[in-house]
Amino acid sequence: MTFEMPQFALAAPEIWLGVMACVVLVADLFDRSKDSRIAFFLTQFTFVVAIWLALSTHWGEGVQHTFNGMYISDNLAGLLKASMAALAALTVGYSRDYLLQRDLLKGEFFLLALIALLGMFVMASAASMLILYMGLELLSLSLYAMVAFDRDSRVGSEAAMKYFVLGALSSGMLLYGMSMIYGASGSLIITEIAATAASGQNGLLLAFGMTFVLVGVAFKFGAVPFHMWVPDVYQGAPTAVSAFLGSAPKIAALALFLRLLVEGLGDLHAQWQLMAIILAVGSLAVGNLFALMQTNLKRMFAYSTISHIGFLFLGLIAGTDEGYAAALFYAISYGIMSAGGFGMIILLSRRGFEADMIDDMRGLNDRHSGFALVMLLLMFSMTGIPGTVGFYAKWMVLQALVEAGLVWLAVLAVVFAVIGAFYYLRVLKSVYFERLEDPMPIEAAMGTRAAMMGTGGVVLLLGLFPGALIAVCRAAFGL
Amino acid sequence: MKLIYLLIVLAPLFGAAVAGLAGGAIGRANAHRLTILAVAVSAGLSLWVLYQHVSGTATSFNETIYTWAMVGDLRLEVGFLVDRLTAVMMVVVTTVSLAVHVYTVGYMHDDPGYQRFFSYINLFTFAMLMLVMANNFLQLFFGWEAVGLVSYLLIGFWYKKESAIFANLKAFLVNRVGDFGFLLGIAAVLFYYNSLDYVEVFGAARAAPELTMSIFGTEALVVTVACLLLFIGAMGKSAQVPLHVWLPDSMEGPTPISALIHAATMVTAGIYLVARMSPLFEFSETALTVVLVLGAITALFMGLVGLVQHDIKRVIAYSTLSQLGYMFVALGASAYAAGVFHLMTHAFFKALLFLGAGAIIVALHHEQDMRRMGNLRRYLPITHITMLLGTLALVGTPLFSGYYSKDAIIEAVHLSDRAGAGFAYVAVLLGVFITSLYSFRLYFLVFWGEERIDPHAREHMSHLPRYVLPVMQWPLILLAIPSVVIGYFTIAPMLFGGFFGEAIFVAPANDVLALLSEKFHGSFAFALHAAVNPAFWLAVAGAIVAWFFFNFRPSLLPMVNARLKPVIEVLENKYGFDVLYNQGFAGGGRLLGRALWRVGDQGLIDGLIVNGTARTIGRLAGLLRGAQSGYLYHYAFAMILGLLLLLSVFVANWQGWF
Repeated sequence: MTFEMPQFALAAPEIWLGVMACVVLVADLFDRSKDSRIAFFLTQFTFVVAIWLALSTHWGEGVQHTFNGMYISDNLAGLLKASMAALAALTVGYSRDYLLQRDLLKGEFFLLALIALLGMFVMASAASMLILYMGLELLSLSLYAMVAFDRDSRVGSEAAMKYFVLGALSSGMLLYGMSMIYGASGSLIITEIAATAASGQNGLLLAFGMTFVLVGVAFKFGAVPFHMWVPDVYQGAPTAVSAFLGSAPKIAALALFLRLLVEGLGDLHAQWQLMAIILAVGSLAVGNLFALMQTNLKRMFAYSTISHIGFLFLGLIAGTDEGYAAALFYAISYGIMSAGGFGMIILLSRRGFEADMIDDMRGLNDRHSGFALVMLLLMFSMTGIPGTVGFYAKWMVLQALVEAGLVWLAVLAVVFAVIGAFYYLRVLKSVYFERLEDPMPIEAAMGTRAAMMGTGGVVLLLGLFPGALIAVCRAAFGL
Repeated sequence: MKLIYLLIVLAPLFGAAVAGLAGGAIGRANAHRLTILAVAVSAGLSLWVLYQHVSGTATSFNETIYTWAMVGDLRLEVGFLVDRLTAVMMVVVTTVSLAVHVYTVGYMHDDPGYQRFFSYINLFTFAMLMLVMANNFLQLFFGWEAVGLVSYLLIGFWYKKESAIFANLKAFLVNRVGDFGFLLGIAAVLFYYNSLDYVEVFGAARAAPELTMSIFGTEALVVTVACLLLFIGAMGKSAQVPLHVWLPDSMEGPTPISALIHAATMVTAGIYLVARMSPLFEFSETALTVVLVLGAITALFMGLVGLVQHDIKRVIAYSTLSQLGYMFVALGASAYAAGVFHLMTHAFFKALLFLGAGAIIVALHHEQDMRRMGNLRRYLPITHITMLLGTLALVGTPLFSGYYSKDAIIEAVHLSDRAGAGFAYVAVLLGVFITSLYSFRLYFLVFWGEERIDPHAREHMSHLPRYVLPVMQWPLILLAIPSVVIGYFTIAPMLFGGFFGEAIFVAPANDVLALLSEKFHGSFAFALHAAVNPAFWLAVAGAIVAWFFFNFRPSLLPMVNARLKPVIEVLENKYGFDVLYNQGFAGGGRLLGRALWRVGDQGLIDGLIVNGTARTIGRLAGLLRGAQSGYLYHYAFAMILGLLLLLSVFVANWQGWF
């Protein structure tokens, strides 16, 4: 192996995040204000610049490799990074007041969010299993710490512990699978693995390793039966962390899947398709059925996430570029909805009170009809009702499935979506049809309110004009 | 241009939204100012658009504004097709709407739902414009349903009045029957021509006029089936026999909307539809015959019912039914331009008559029975003169607008050799006599003869706020002008000058207006032609009979009534349609519904399927819930099991077991 100077410019987004993480760390030391103002705004600034950097560096520049072929820059990377950074900015924006009210606001939170995003960025641009794993661990370790951010909370610590132990288990399986694949192909570079897979050499070993890799990926997604951590962690973590956890990292998990199983092991599609079907159907069934019985909104969202992951998997199962584009669109739109859902809980909470029960949504329409409307849009979108972005997400996935000839799966997915409609609409029933004796006014800072309204607007706007985002998602796969 | 078209459509929508959502905040005066301004903008721009088309500077515009969704090859879009046909409709809709808006300020002056009313009529204007400006069937359907909705809301505007609620439900249900056909028609078009876009559909129909489909084992022309189904929709909206029953009842709504929706615009949507679809209808002789015959039946027999009504608005309503029949006769005879021409003239003079009737009703404190009117020309001179002008236009007095449009239809039917044209000719000729008779009956009963006004109502007349009558009379005067003169100036270009160009397609073999144009030597000569025209003498005869019995010798009337008792009873029962529908269809439907509800809904669907499924799912979920125990080692164990599952799939795959 000859050493050559890598093109650092291609990694500008990662470098920017890394540098800014250090800057935030230092700046926060000198910040005497109680609300970590400097760290917050610096972080948000970092996210915004990261979006711009991701697009300007990767989008429309063709496929380029650097760092000895271990780093890839392509349209997909650009889109993944931009959407992850945008979602991170949104969720961190929600979290500020929440943390402030609970005396949790410290500069470290923003630092962890930045490092988590750095991990996600690395995953999105990884062209080698080693880099992929490094990014994944960077993300995971930050998330473990974020879940345990409220050190005095018993449930928070318990959730973090569970997440950590199970995460370690899944990482072990992922690493084991990677070592098998390395053994079969003799390389860590994804394009070379793909070449081996295409040649059909060592097929058995590759497929064996692939099975373990799939387990690791499924855990990150939270697909059944590797989903057990999801409800406990979503419920136990501070809501601001749940919001963060539920949005951008899902796109990172998709990046993991796309880089490893599609680009690397796409030729083994016939092998992993059936396994993915099992994961998808299991997720749809368990997610929807369990969500029906929840009274805790955070837990309900957790199960709803699982069911959405099932839907997202359906797009991957199709195995076509249309399907991958649909899955990407689904992940992005789901990220927005999920952030909005948790954002609503944050918005309605106040010092010493968590609005995390479905009953806490009662009479929202009387308290503030604007936020009630946003909640309506979010729930409609999660259900998949036309006019909201969620409709197109489901629509694209189903279309890809039908084109791939998997009509029965599409029918099954729709049946589960109908079951899902029940628990989303039940929330709306609380919002609109249940009255409170004395509706409390909503105490939330202007920033949170604006973010909430913006989220609702985006859900509606993308539902009416989905063309651009669909086109971008398709372009990421060269369609 | 795109921006202008958008502005024309969206201005009333904006007005409706503001007046409807913030009506309480902006107050009554601002609500009517805003909505009138919105319609005035639309009307002004529509006139400008029409002028551009007439002067030849604008060409036909056909563009997509917004793509809602793509489903395979099917595009669901909002788009505008603005050609001369559309431009004429836009002007008719917006100008009549503007007159009605102004008039409403007086008519509804003491109504608590003032802002709501303005919001509705603005919304109606938006919906109607969407309908006529559509360039595809989806948007057409949207406009179609939206005007239906607003019509429903407005008929039941006084929602505490039993009869109004009954009437709007009836209108809604009868229109559902029509819409069912309409929707099937759109489905047929989509299925066989693979598009919803007008131009594409017309092209496909022209390319394959002989395309057939099989229904219940018989082969039928696709174009015939599609046209008949679309026509069922038109029958519902334009109240043609046998779907006419809702229109007379719709008079329960406030009078301004009777003028706007149930005379001038919405009910003519069916006429517009058939004219717009002329490239389809021209390929189906059968469909055109059906249109012709049903139109003729409506024209004659609905006019007859008008003779025995006592409610002033119902007389005009039956007159509207009859005149709509004339329009369909014109369409059925392939004289589409004549149909649209009559639509336009009728919109003005019928709106005028309705608004005049409304002025009388307001002046007499909501008295609608003609038996308690009489000699009103002394109290309401302007209303009297304008309504006389409207009546003269309606019966077809030479030089008045109605003369040109109605005579053109009669002549066109006369020249047509389509099956049923002979019957239609007789029907429309007799219809002229009937029209004249009921119109002058109304005129003499209301404005002449002895005064039969309730003393209470007369007192009310002197206590009206001062602005009310003037603000209602201005629209009357404004509408009277086109009612009188518009036919004289526009007949030559619209019927014989090829004004509509590409917008209306007539097969050369069917072109009766071309035949008629050989006899046409200018508007004035056409008017003089009346002297040798049976229609004119029939109208005169009708007027004389009306004058004789309702003004000169009213004492003879009871004797005549006694002689004609059986006939009058049939007419008063409206040929039994209401009885049949209320007791037969509605009653039977309710019996059937009750049976299905008991057995099917409560027993099977609710009991077994809906609640049963829900219970099953609930039980299943309860069982599974146990797995989510909260113990870390359970979770880890589940992961290991999952891994084992995937590994077994891997092994099975490798062994080729699948």
